[in-house]
Amino acid sequence: MKDLTDRLGTLFSLGDITEKRDDLAFVSVAPDLLRAVITHLRDVEGFTHLVLLTAVDWIEGGQFQLTYLVHNRTRARDIGLRVFIDREEATMAGIHDLWPTAATYQRELKEMFGIDFPGSPRIDEEFILEGWTDIPPYRRDFDTKKYAEETYFHRPGRETFDPATHMKDKLYPGEAS
Amino acid sequence: MEAFVKPGEKNRLKERPERPVKQELQPRVVKTPDGQEITVEPLKDYYCEAPPRVHPPAYAKIVEDLFNWARAESLWILGFGTGCGAIEMRPLMTPRFDAYRYGIQWRPTPRQANLFVISGYLSVKTLKRAIRSYEQMQNPKYVVGLGSCTINGGMYWDSYNTIKRLDRYLPVDLYITGCMPRPEALLAGFLELKKIIKAGKGEGANRYAENFDWYKANQKQVIHDWDMPDYSW
Repeated sequence: MKDLTDRLGTLFSLGDITEKRDDLAFVSVAPDLLRAVITHLRDVEGFTHLVLLTAVDWIEGGQFQLTYLVHNRTRARDIGLRVFIDREEATMAGIHDLWPTAATYQRELKEMFGIDFPGSPRIDEEFILEGWTDIPPYRRDFDTKKYAEETYFHRPGRETFDPATHMKDKLYPGEAS
Repeated sequence: MEAFVKPGEKNRLKERPERPVKQELQPRVVKTPDGQEITVEPLKDYYCEAPPRVHPPAYAKIVEDLFNWARAESLWILGFGTGCGAIEMRPLMTPRFDAYRYGIQWRPTPRQANLFVISGYLSVKTLKRAIRSYEQMQNPKYVVGLGSCTINGGMYWDSYNTIKRLDRYLPVDLYITGCMPRPEALLAGFLELKKIIKAGKGEGANRYAENFDWYKANQKQVIHDWDMPDYSW
């Protein structure tokens, strides 16, 4: 992967480069550079397959991290592009014209994280959730347990035990732990 | 039946925004193959608005017992797999466990089925479809909750998107515990259901009709984009 990241480095100003394996590396790029880098990877370097587009919520840093993982079939290697965008104004340019399948990922990110991709097909339609009124559920400030307790009926009687102490008490009752 | 209670203090019913009617549900003019132009109003034409009615036993006990025996011996399951539990149905219907020898078979549409096995977790989206399917089934009909998820949420107890108690939304006759229950457990459960039906206690459809408002209130509390008539069959 060194040859590839070196070649990329001469063309674009890249951020951190992490080489995970011989066939997998991650590169940070600025949001406005992403389109140029990923188009270059697709058309020149042979990374023709968009494997996934996903997001991580770094709530402490006030950022979303988008990861674009692309795959080169002939060389059997992957490269992931990491893009950090602002969490409050979560907007990113779409890549649905490069890979039509990206539109589906972008719809999912809009619904689950609230990251907008203006111009992406059917971006404002509901994707999985129907009639969702709360904040997007994959954001880390969404408290899923609290929401479940408020929204759904709870059957009492559910108890949780620490397996180690529970089995100790059961097998060796009376012994001081 | 206990009174309708909100699980939390926050009332989500009130903050629900007004949603536009979906395009496929709006009235429209279509052309028939003969060239006629007819108006289709999906919400009126595709659904029946009448609420369900209670059907008490109509005949003498000995006749009802015969009917119940016949009902118990031909359990037709709706082929609607709602969660991971649906995977247990395949070995059950194939020769290894062969549920057909008990008069149990799987049917493709709700109209042909009288047993609805909720096979695992129900997301809110699936719950809506499950309710529609249940209401389309003909009386008498039975519901079996399969696995921990239908009982108390199971491993999805803190999920934002799955219900935790099935019996608040549909009348459950029997639960089969486990995560997942093996096909043997399902067979045991079906035999238990037969006993319930033969004893004349498989009255889920009547319970649903009697407490219709309670069930509807519970259903609408979680299904935020309710866009169908209250009873849809």
